[in-house]
Amino acid sequence: MTTSLHIDWTACRARGVCVDLLPELLEPDPWGYPVPRPDQASEPAVPTVSAELTPHARRAVALCPRMALRLVDDDPPSG
Amino acid sequence: MTSAAVDPAVLGAGPPPNATSPLLGAAAADLGEHQHRSGPIPWRGGSGRLIADVRDAGLTGRGGAGFPTWRKLAGVAAAAAAGGETVLVANAAEGEPASTKDVTLLTRCPHLVLDGVQLAAEAAGARSAYLYAKAGPAADAARFALAQRRAQARDRVPIAVVEAPAGFLAGEESAVVAAIDGRRPVPRDKRTPVYRSGVRGRPTLVQNVETLAHLALIARHGAGWFRRTGTAAEPGTLLATISGAVAAPGVHELPHGIALSAALELAGGATAPLQAVLVGGYHGGWLPMATARHAPLSREGLRPYGCSPGAGVIMALPWSACGLREAAGIVGYLAGQLAGQCGPCRNGLPAIADTLGRLAVPAPDRTAFDRPELDRAATLRRLADLVDGRGACHHPDGTARFARSTLLAFEAEVGLHRNGRCTASRP
Repeated sequence: MTTSLHIDWTACRARGVCVDLLPELLEPDPWGYPVPRPDQASEPAVPTVSAELTPHARRAVALCPRMALRLVDDDPPSG
Repeated sequence: MTSAAVDPAVLGAGPPPNATSPLLGAAAADLGEHQHRSGPIPWRGGSGRLIADVRDAGLTGRGGAGFPTWRKLAGVAAAAAAGGETVLVANAAEGEPASTKDVTLLTRCPHLVLDGVQLAAEAAGARSAYLYAKAGPAADAARFALAQRRAQARDRVPIAVVEAPAGFLAGEESAVVAAIDGRRPVPRDKRTPVYRSGVRGRPTLVQNVETLAHLALIARHGAGWFRRTGTAAEPGTLLATISGAVAAPGVHELPHGIALSAALELAGGATAPLQAVLVGGYHGGWLPMATARHAPLSREGLRPYGCSPGAGVIMALPWSACGLREAAGIVGYLAGQLAGQCGPCRNGLPAIADTLGRLAVPAPDRTAFDRPELDRAATLRRLADLVDGRGACHHPDGTARFARSTLLAFEAEVGLHRNGRCTASRP
């Protein structure tokens, strides 16, 4: 089972908290919106969260001022 | 239950329709004519009974995504079996500007679509249904047909017509639900799919009207009949809107897997030498005639070319037109159609449109040689990769796919433009 970071793009306003808290995983795009570092995405734009980073990802989820983040377990896939 | 158990004679469905154009061949705008030609609704007497047939037939969604219809049906039917109240939506928003197949289907065979709505509602256990159609001929045809059906008490589930607002994204599943609920018709975040929570928070099955018309024929004639045309992986026909440099533009019914060249012949043939054909609409891709003349029109057949039949849009581009200019017009339109909710799309699509707009103007440009990092083609590719997958809906991904396909198909044109020349201005 893998865990990934779901970003609700309709809620995100590029406040940058997640990019500050998860620099191993995310970087800002030219407009400040989070984008996975090239080696951190399982598919384009979906950051995969490793076990070591999970506590930090939880903190980012809790502190996102727009409540735009969720940790999602990817298995089983939903159609 | 298997398809072999369905005997058309028992269902009173009449003779199987024309195998090459079962949908348009069954055209009957009037209910009496439809009843005479296609018979009564072949009710299955319970939720879920039709699903096995639809699965065996291999029917896929005709709205563009090509998802297996039976899976969506089964998901919503399960929610109904668990005691949930479910809703069915027939989608004819047809936001794609180059497509007219849904309005054509609703004006020519409205009762086949509405029979499909009834049967899908029965299969999904839905007690209410909506027909979400573009204002004008599509919605008018549906209202007229529904009045006839009410007079003859043909339907078991009431169908309400809701007019779809204009716009490219109006037909996106979650935007459809929002419009029916009276909210702004924009896509929502996909963490909760509409088959779990859609119209009024209920599990909702959204199906394209063409899909429902096919379903109505499968219910009458069985999965084996449906599979007699098309390919093994993608059986049946599709409605294609063929436009551009062809003698008979319009909606044509094609078997899945037909060669691109044969599809163009069905539309009267090319009226000028063609350089490329856009397939799959504004979120689709270009097939260069030099290499893809015989490409089979199916998801499988077009995968090597990086595109798919989508909702059946086919646009023939002659050599007298500039591919980059055409593409820039399309991306400019797409950038103007974004909902504006998601940052990467709101910022990225105008940047993509701007970059492609500059590439479309032939002007001597040495940037690619002197400052390769500022090269417009490279910038366009980078921007396309940047927006990919970063939105609530597939608008950024589809636009990125179209932009990448444009660079690939018109690579030579990019070179010509850099030297101040253009295919379209050649003598």
